[in-house]
Amino acid sequence: MFMFEKALIGGRRYWIWVLALFAVIGVGFLAYLRQLDYGLGITGLSRDVTWGLYVAQFTFLVGVAASAVMVVLPYYLHDYKAFGKITILGQFLAISAVSMCMLFILVDMGQPVRVLNLLLYPTPRSMMFWDMVSLSGYLLLNAVIALVTLSAERNSVPPPGWIKPVILISIPWAVGMRTVTAFVYSGLPGRSFWLTAILAPRFLASALASGPALLILLCMVMRKLTRFDAGKEAIQKLAIIVTYAMIINVFFVLVEIFTVFYSRIPEPMEHFEYLFAGLNGGASLAPWMWTSMVLGVISVILLIVPRTRGDERVLALAAVLVFVSLWIDKGIVFVVGGFVPSPLGAVTEYAPTLPEIAITLGIWAVGFLMLTVFYKITLSVRATLAGME
Amino acid sequence: MHDRGLIVAGLLAFLGLITLPVWYDLAAGKTPREPDLKLPAHEKECVAPIPYMKTSHMQLLNEWRDQVVRKNIQTYTAYNGRAYAISLTATCLQQCHTDKAGFCDRCHTFNGVRSPYCWDCHVDPQTVHQAVQQTHAARTGEQDGR
Amino acid sequence: MGVDRKAFLRITGMSLAALAAKRAAGAFTKSGPSEAMSAPGTLNARRWAMIIDARKCLKQEGCDLCIRACNRSHNVPEISDRRHEVKWIWKEPFKNAFISEQSEYANAMFQNKPFVVFCNHCDRPPCVRVCPTQATWKREDGIVMMDWHRCIGCRYCMAACPYGSRSFNWVDPRPYIKDLTADFPTRTKGVVEKCTFCAERLARGKPPACVEACEPKALIFGDLEDPASAVRQILRLNFAIRRKAELGTAPEVYYVI
Repeated sequence: MFMFEKALIGGRRYWIWVLALFAVIGVGFLAYLRQLDYGLGITGLSRDVTWGLYVAQFTFLVGVAASAVMVVLPYYLHDYKAFGKITILGQFLAISAVSMCMLFILVDMGQPVRVLNLLLYPTPRSMMFWDMVSLSGYLLLNAVIALVTLSAERNSVPPPGWIKPVILISIPWAVGMRTVTAFVYSGLPGRSFWLTAILAPRFLASALASGPALLILLCMVMRKLTRFDAGKEAIQKLAIIVTYAMIINVFFVLVEIFTVFYSRIPEPMEHFEYLFAGLNGGASLAPWMWTSMVLGVISVILLIVPRTRGDERVLALAAVLVFVSLWIDKGIVFVVGGFVPSPLGAVTEYAPTLPEIAITLGIWAVGFLMLTVFYKITLSVRATLAGME
Repeated sequence: MHDRGLIVAGLLAFLGLITLPVWYDLAAGKTPREPDLKLPAHEKECVAPIPYMKTSHMQLLNEWRDQVVRKNIQTYTAYNGRAYAISLTATCLQQCHTDKAGFCDRCHTFNGVRSPYCWDCHVDPQTVHQAVQQTHAARTGEQDGR
Repeated sequence: MGVDRKAFLRITGMSLAALAAKRAAGAFTKSGPSEAMSAPGTLNARRWAMIIDARKCLKQEGCDLCIRACNRSHNVPEISDRRHEVKWIWKEPFKNAFISEQSEYANAMFQNKPFVVFCNHCDRPPCVRVCPTQATWKREDGIVMMDWHRCIGCRYCMAACPYGSRSFNWVDPRPYIKDLTADFPTRTKGVVEKCTFCAERLARGKPPACVEACEPKALIFGDLEDPASAVRQILRLNFAIRRKAELGTAPEVYYVI
């Protein structure tokens, strides 16, 4: 089914990797059972900081998922042939990322058995409803697209005509999905850290930087471990996309800092003060914040200079820096920073607990497992085709 | 087929295991009886006909839940014209089924319905009564210097 | 074989889409829970509001009768770990409760004085706007109500509330309830809870527990839409402030200071 048998054939390294992922998933699953039994109190969350690692990972990964659009758009709308080999990789990355998002939402829910209430009692005025719609729709779109195009490639026929509009729909859908996730945060009157119009543009910019950066790294890993080569042109084009997206992202952050600190309105300022310098003795996020900023700036410098961007070893480093910088930003600082200080001015610090981290790693392992299986299938299909010629 | 013996033996073993719930009690000589339910002492009629309650009290409770919580409708007019306050604790438990363990739990356990999640929140007045009695007994014990 | 695989998938897909469309149409056209039935013996209003007369309240130093009455009548657990605490009504110093009135000297009189805070039952509640399952909604009589059967524990309402009025059950609350009463259910782990203006007492014709318990009668509860009500009278004659009024939530808890 779905060419799954291709994922069951592999060398020693492949199986060690897969079994390692299963081990991490197993530990995460056991930790989740403990969480189901004890309650979400097993995490580091509190009455003041009600969203933490789980929701932050979800926020970050929606961006990674949406970034598939950055390989689909040039190829299908502008006939950029160099991306021909990697659009499917982008789509599989999107599927894995969206699946991770849904898992993170599920483990964050206090009453996961009631998850169907989201469908039984649809509430269009809630942004979380549209988040669910857009994520599910995006998953379905990419699943259909990937299956159809890969099947067509395997049978050496062009894909059916009706898939083209479906692919084109996925482009604005990805942008809409990322925007809705931003709207979850930016419409809350009581959270001045998030109540900014530039949040949706910021989310899009960081998505279009982090996703392609990860894709570059995945292509480089596959070039090392398999016979798949995305091609220097494709990787360089992705690098340019990451460059522009990261520049815009850094610019947006600086713009926010100006507005907050020049207007000197206390509440929004205090969130930034807490993140950069600490507030009332609580400063646990300051090292993370500064690391994210510094890594971001270094990555921009490395990416802007054509010589360093063209050197694939330096590009790999820059891609790692981009990914880590944005992961710290969206995957930790952004969500927690919105809750400190609380609406009553209290500084309650947050640090994830061991079970929380175990569950998080377990879900990341699920995502990487899906990615591994999908890429294995894709490469096997292409190897078979190459062998037949 | 060389393995016919092994396959048939395996199939028989599987069938035996899968039908265990059916023949285990029969083999042990125990016949399943209906649970011995402690009916309410003072009330003879339920809020709905007994056969309906046996099959669908869950649906009735769900409707009650939505009526009270979401629509603020506090009274239920039963099929026999009697008016009841819509409340699991006040009407069902305190007015009639005062012995939850002897009625509700017994049937649920027999049918393998492991503790419907209603009881996660709705309090059995009997447990509160017992707790109060225990505290009272402990206090009088202290006073007597025991 | 009658139906081939493609046809089967097509028919299934269209049936599911039709079902979803019906549900979605319902979501857009339904306006929410219907009108409360006004039965005899209930307290009704078109816009419930609460006034806290801080002048009377502050005279009783160390008094927490309202808090104890609420906790007792609603099985509110007492959890010592501040991270997991559950509180429906509590006392907060002025400078935190009214954080947007920050000033070095203007509020010197009240800065650290304790003010009773709880859910404001806003007229334009952001928590209701964001709840994805309508587990919290605004009733016709103004109360922002909770349905603990439907809450999925996503805590979006907690993120949306500008006042920190909501608590989440991070653990099973039962072991932490001091005096369990059967008159009101407890909640279970994984749901959000808050003050509901004692909707269950209003349905039986009684005022909220805190209002009844307050000895100096500093808590006044009434219908803002009734020009003759006590709350309207007091607001006509006294200056009152509300928490973070500039956010547009239209809180219905007024503090006469």
